[in-house]
Amino acid sequence: MSGQEVLSDAAWRERALAGGVRPRRYGSWYVAEHRIRSMRSYGQTILATSIGNPLIYLFALGIGLATLVDANLGDDAVQGVSYLVFVAPALLGLAAVMVSAEEFTYPIMLGFKWNPIFFGMNAAPITGGQITNGILISVLARMVPTCVIYFIAMVLFGAVPSAVGILMIPIAVLAAMSVGLAIMAYTARIEQDKGQMALIMRFGITPMLLFSGTFFPLSQLPIYLQWIGWISPLWHGTELGRVISYGLAEPAWLTAVHVLYPAVIIVVCWRMSQRVFTARLNK
Amino acid sequence: MARVSVGIVPAPVITASALTKTYKGFSAVDGISFEVAPGESFGLLGPNGAGKSTTMRMVGAVSTRTSGELAILGLDPDQYGPEIRSQLGVVPQSDNLDMELRVRDNLIVYGRYFGLPRAQVAKRADELLEFAQLADRAKSKVDDLSGGMKRRLTIARALINDPRILLLDEPTTGLDPQARHILWDRLFRLKEQGTTLVLTTHYMDEAEQLCDRLVVVDKGRIMAEGSPAALIREYSSREVLEVRFGSERNEALGEQLAGIGDRVEVLPDRVLIYSSNGEAVLERITQLGHEPITSLVRRSSLEDVFLRLTGRTLVE
Ligand SMILES: Nc1ncnc2c1ncn2[C@@H]1O[C@H](COP(=O)(O)OP(=O)(O)O)[C@@H](O)[C@H]1O
Ligand SMILES: [Mg+2]
Repeated sequence: MSGQEVLSDAAWRERALAGGVRPRRYGSWYVAEHRIRSMRSYGQTILATSIGNPLIYLFALGIGLATLVDANLGDDAVQGVSYLVFVAPALLGLAAVMVSAEEFTYPIMLGFKWNPIFFGMNAAPITGGQITNGILISVLARMVPTCVIYFIAMVLFGAVPSAVGILMIPIAVLAAMSVGLAIMAYTARIEQDKGQMALIMRFGITPMLLFSGTFFPLSQLPIYLQWIGWISPLWHGTELGRVISYGLAEPAWLTAVHVLYPAVIIVVCWRMSQRVFTARLNK
Repeated sequence: MARVSVGIVPAPVITASALTKTYKGFSAVDGISFEVAPGESFGLLGPNGAGKSTTMRMVGAVSTRTSGELAILGLDPDQYGPEIRSQLGVVPQSDNLDMELRVRDNLIVYGRYFGLPRAQVAKRADELLEFAQLADRAKSKVDDLSGGMKRRLTIARALINDPRILLLDEPTTGLDPQARHILWDRLFRLKEQGTTLVLTTHYMDEAEQLCDRLVVVDKGRIMAEGSPAALIREYSSREVLEVRFGSERNEALGEQLAGIGDRVEVLPDRVLIYSSNGEAVLERITQLGHEPITSLVRRSSLEDVFLRLTGRTLVE
């Protein structure tokens, strides 16, 4: 290593101003790069779940349960299609939501508290907003391939009747990111671990998975439980997926809501997360 | 690039004036002013809770000051946070290395935060692992490193961007004596190379070893400022006689001994008598018929300066 150069004060100031340019411009990507590198430490688990899950779910539900349902109700068992085709958009959304539930919970608390790497990033030229963005990008980098693999499995199982069905991938990602950002806007605030993560799973994710029109149409639920579906981004994503996949009939305004609702959650919770990150790093 | 012409005093790299940080009405840093010259090794010496870390966070451009003026490299951290931080190396009080990454990867990802190209970061990471004496641990998990190694890795990480100023918040707290000496040696090399060091400590020996100049801080305020030698000269005598009469009798004898030497301080476990000649004082005490259980003559240290300034010891 060399000793320090002897520069004039003005030259040092210039150097500082120049030093801020790339971090300001690309900081979010550097954070994503870091997070993706960290994911490699549990990369095998990620790979195993993203390949294993679709196979297990599609086999159990698509072959096992579907045989039973279709045997009783015929090939147009639910909403005019086979049970497998009906359930597939929901399963895809569910797989994406599981990525959100993993990546926006513990890693956030970890970075602020148990292994406070966010403070390390911030001591370098990275801002709280960029850390938020970088996490978001890295989760997308895991979620999109997960959905693509799932989609390929769905095609192989015969669960996708039309080519436009591929749009189910961005739809699932949209729904799952809105769930994820809502989770992050909350977990970024947690100062003390009092089992909030378990609460999120028990009273947030699990009821959402069950009552979002996932395994049966929302209309089958008693009316006093249907609100769970309406507020659930997963239900909106699933319904939109069904419109795309097999042309589920619904009013156009409702289809617009399926897009706008998760999009609004994403924008609002993204801004909230950025603000919480910035405030928490500025001790 | 313009070179500094000989004879012109270069502008300070850090200027703080009436710097204040208040948490809900409580002033953690209460109007402190200091300057750090380029290449200087500057210390903040003070006990726990003095406001050292809070000051370091403000200087590190991550914590917004409540009031006062602060300029790093001539830039205001409120406006130029990332720019300033691009020229700093930061060693925080508690390590925040990424436990999910291996040793070398910790340096790589950190270097990228400064926008450095991958190849350059990789080269520099290897040099710094050498410097930190961690080259053989490049692929280790961070968790498997000892406390001293983690600290050295944190310092290596702080140097990845070839910083103008290195901020070290209690660099050796919690380390065993051997690990501390290794670390001091590394910091000494940086100092020789001309890196500006700003460090906090509550160890007077660390301050004496590493700092050209320091401020003694207590309760968010600066109590004194100067080089270690100048502070000792100004606030203490040349020598100190430490005598123990047993915890029951220290207090009583301390009172009786008042007037001997320049000054007497009574601590729970011993009595300190300041004078230019400790042996002579000890002789007088024995002549007066007092028999200390143990006695020791030593040179004055920054610990004595702190005691004089605050009436308390640095490490409780
Ligand atoms: N984020 C914070 N919120 C409230 N009080 C704080 C915060 N950080 C530090 N303090 C308080 O400010 C004082 C100085 O703390 P600190 O700067 O950490 O001292 P030092 O590093 O010298 O031990 C302490 O009393 C501490 O409790
Ligand atoms: Mg501290």
